[in-house]
Amino acid sequence: MVDAPPARRTGRARDTAGIGVARAVTFVSPALVLIGLFLVFPALWTIYIGITDYTLTGTASVAPKIVGLGNFVEALDDALFGNALWLTLVFVLGSAVIGQNFLGFALAWLLRGARPALRRVVESLVLMSWILPSVVVAYLWIALLDRDGGTLGALIGSPGTAWLVEYPMASLVVFNTWRGTAFSMLLYSSALAAVPPSQLETARSVGASGWQTVRDVVFPHIRGHVLTNTLLISLWTANDFGPFLLTAGGPNHASETLPVFIYQQAVPSGRLGYAAAVSVLLLLVNLVVSAVYLLLLRKRS
Amino acid sequence: MTPRQVARRLAYTAFMAVVLAFFAVPMLWLASAPFDSDPGLGLRWPDWTLTNWQVTFEHPYALSSLVNSVVLCVVATAVTTVFATLAAYTLSRVRIPGRDALLYVLLLLSSVVTGTAAMVPIFVMMFQLGLTNSQYATGLVIAGGLLPAAIFILKDFVDSVPRSYEESARVFGASPTQVLLHVVLPVARPGIATILVWAFVQAWGNFLLPFLLMRDVSSQPAAVLLRTLRDEGGSANLTVIPVFSLLYAIPVVALYLFVSKRYGFRFHGGIKA
Repeated sequence: MVDAPPARRTGRARDTAGIGVARAVTFVSPALVLIGLFLVFPALWTIYIGITDYTLTGTASVAPKIVGLGNFVEALDDALFGNALWLTLVFVLGSAVIGQNFLGFALAWLLRGARPALRRVVESLVLMSWILPSVVVAYLWIALLDRDGGTLGALIGSPGTAWLVEYPMASLVVFNTWRGTAFSMLLYSSALAAVPPSQLETARSVGASGWQTVRDVVFPHIRGHVLTNTLLISLWTANDFGPFLLTAGGPNHASETLPVFIYQQAVPSGRLGYAAAVSVLLLLVNLVVSAVYLLLLRKRS
Repeated sequence: MTPRQVARRLAYTAFMAVVLAFFAVPMLWLASAPFDSDPGLGLRWPDWTLTNWQVTFEHPYALSSLVNSVVLCVVATAVTTVFATLAAYTLSRVRIPGRDALLYVLLLLSSVVTGTAAMVPIFVMMFQLGLTNSQYATGLVIAGGLLPAAIFILKDFVDSVPRSYEESARVFGASPTQVLLHVVLPVARPGIATILVWAFVQAWGNFLLPFLLMRDVSSQPAAVLLRTLRDEGGSANLTVIPVFSLLYAIPVVALYLFVSKRYGFRFHGGIKA
């Protein structure tokens, strides 16, 4: 390489591996090009499409007009959007912030001292529910919750309840707790390993109950982990397309979270401009959640 | 044992039993229904048969969709792993102003934008470029979403490789490419293996992007075909669905067993508070 030596000379202090500017650019750019094309550009383009009346078919699909904030105003007025926003909130609070967080912590905490065999079996099952493909998992739960001959109905001895139709949101919350607890369990297990054993020993010797130990000894050590975990699982859950596979938003919009709503507006209804505007609103909610998290994290240190 | 301890012990056992049942019961269907002569949605001891397997293998799209999945997955996994390794190595060794902030912004963007929020523009872009129904293009889109997190995790691994290794290799006249191939890669192998497995599982299970971008049934991967088996004629095709679900799940389960046996499945301080 002709240009490598001068680059190395100017940047010697910062470039111990001798990569050189030309090679550095060659190494980094393939990744940056893909990220730019399929992540940054779509994010910006969503905003642009959101201010047009772009549709999948018809005249507006050929020559979309700019309608300014019209789509946003319409969304804020749309009862179905309000419904989707509310259901997303219920979904995130119920299955991520409460369900996965608490079950994940409880498992990490209780499995510390468990027999290795029990621990291995429980962890394997929890992890399996996390890594199985989402379409397969959806069928497993459709089979579990079906009205005629579903496993749950048979187990509790009251067949005839169509869980996904009668209690769609409750089903989704339980389903997503099952689906995502593994991440919280893994994260809290590695966080708990960092709590000094001597402090746990002290807590036990003064007769603290399990709950007191968790609150006064463990929690201060893992507060940062709790925040990180809650942020990540909240963002993932808010953007999760899983509800579509179980209920497709039904019956009659009763389980239509924002991602499902966006899909229904964009593809079956073909209202691309409106769907993009709703995506932007979803992005804004995500950003607000992240900002609150960063503030809390800064306050801590 | 005091009564209190007995109560505690009982509560612990009950909790573990409930957790085990909660996580295991939904999965049992995947073990029984594929081998049952009259597969239903409920769980029962199967009336053993392999006819379902024969019917599935004769399904016009079942096996070819698994091949499509492999192609899509190999493209996404290979691109993610190779590009992320190159980028992570460079970003770890060459100090670029604002590098950490850039990485954080990209990571945040990837966890927020991937899939649902970018659904409309990605669909429109690929549609206008005529790249729908292409496994390669869909694989690249998936890789674009996975790269920020992959770079972020890998950079952590490469940061922990001592620089003195590379310096001594340089002293003995190795070229930077040789240093990367023969010094850095072997040391960073656990990190690269992590990314490889993670990208594979993500791409293999991804439903939304292929669902949006692959409208033609002969080019659809297993995730999308499995979904359409249910919509065909309104009711579920219960002969094919269980067998096909199992076939489609096997690679991920095998990978999990391999990883947990070889490395143990836990976080190694990669996620910091």
